[in-house]
Amino acid sequence: MRHRKDGRQFGRNTSHRRAMFRNMAANLVTHERIVTTAAKAKELRRVTEKLITKAKRLGPVAYTPQADLSDADKAKRLHVHRLLASYLPRWGVTKDGTKQDLIEKVMLDLAKRYDGRQGGYTRIIKLGPRRGDGADMSVIELLADAETEAARKPEKESATNAAPAPAEEEVAEEEAAEEEAAEEVTDEKSTDAEAKAEAADDEDDEEKADE
Amino acid sequence: MAVPKRRKSSSKRDMRRSQHDKIKAKQYISCSNCGEVALPHRACAACGWYKDRVVVAGTDATLSQ
Repeated sequence: MRHRKDGRQFGRNTSHRRAMFRNMAANLVTHERIVTTAAKAKELRRVTEKLITKAKRLGPVAYTPQADLSDADKAKRLHVHRLLASYLPRWGVTKDGTKQDLIEKVMLDLAKRYDGRQGGYTRIIKLGPRRGDGADMSVIELLADAETEAARKPEKESATNAAPAPAEEEVAEEEAAEEEAAEEVTDEKSTDAEAKAEAADDEDDEEKADE
Repeated sequence: MAVPKRRKSSSKRDMRRSQHDKIKAKQYISCSNCGEVALPHRACAACGWYKDRVVVAGTDATLSQ
């Protein structure tokens, strides 16, 4: 019986599973947002949030520059650095190809970002069944910023994420308007293109006539 | 090992199957963004929206609208 045996096994032995979640946690920290199966996302949430909590327990020590730390604080920080490094790979490569120090990212960026937040640093949104095996897929992402969490939008709108919720409705309406406009534009373009083609033909004819 | 003494009639068999073996129709909702039929508690497969605010994955689907 598996009564009270917590966690999922994913048909892997311990080292295989650990390796998988190390890689997935590294990818989540690097890219902030990854797509995986719903079950793996739920398990990854535990893994990743524990790592962030480790850094957060240091308080400001995690993200204060080394020069400003006392020797005791430096030692504490080094200890947590090693704890994180015992799980996370040191380096991640972002989409634009730049190398990123994941341990430092957790300590400098994430620990600061989630300061004052009592856990729940990730969000999971289900996407529905995957074609092929029907596995329930989902997106898992690190919350963008504690204050602007409600205003979080995908990459293209992230510039406006300082705007509070009411402004977003306007954005949505604008988008809808733009979409309609875009459709009209495409219609016009097609007619324009035809007109241009005719014009070009006419010009050709004229040039030939000149010759 | 204990075995059935009598063959169950097709009626009895089907009555059994009509209860807990039946297939339930899936629940659907209409997407709050595009009105398309979507699964509850999941991002809309057509436009990628969830809960009126987040666009999830399928961004090309959003652009093609």
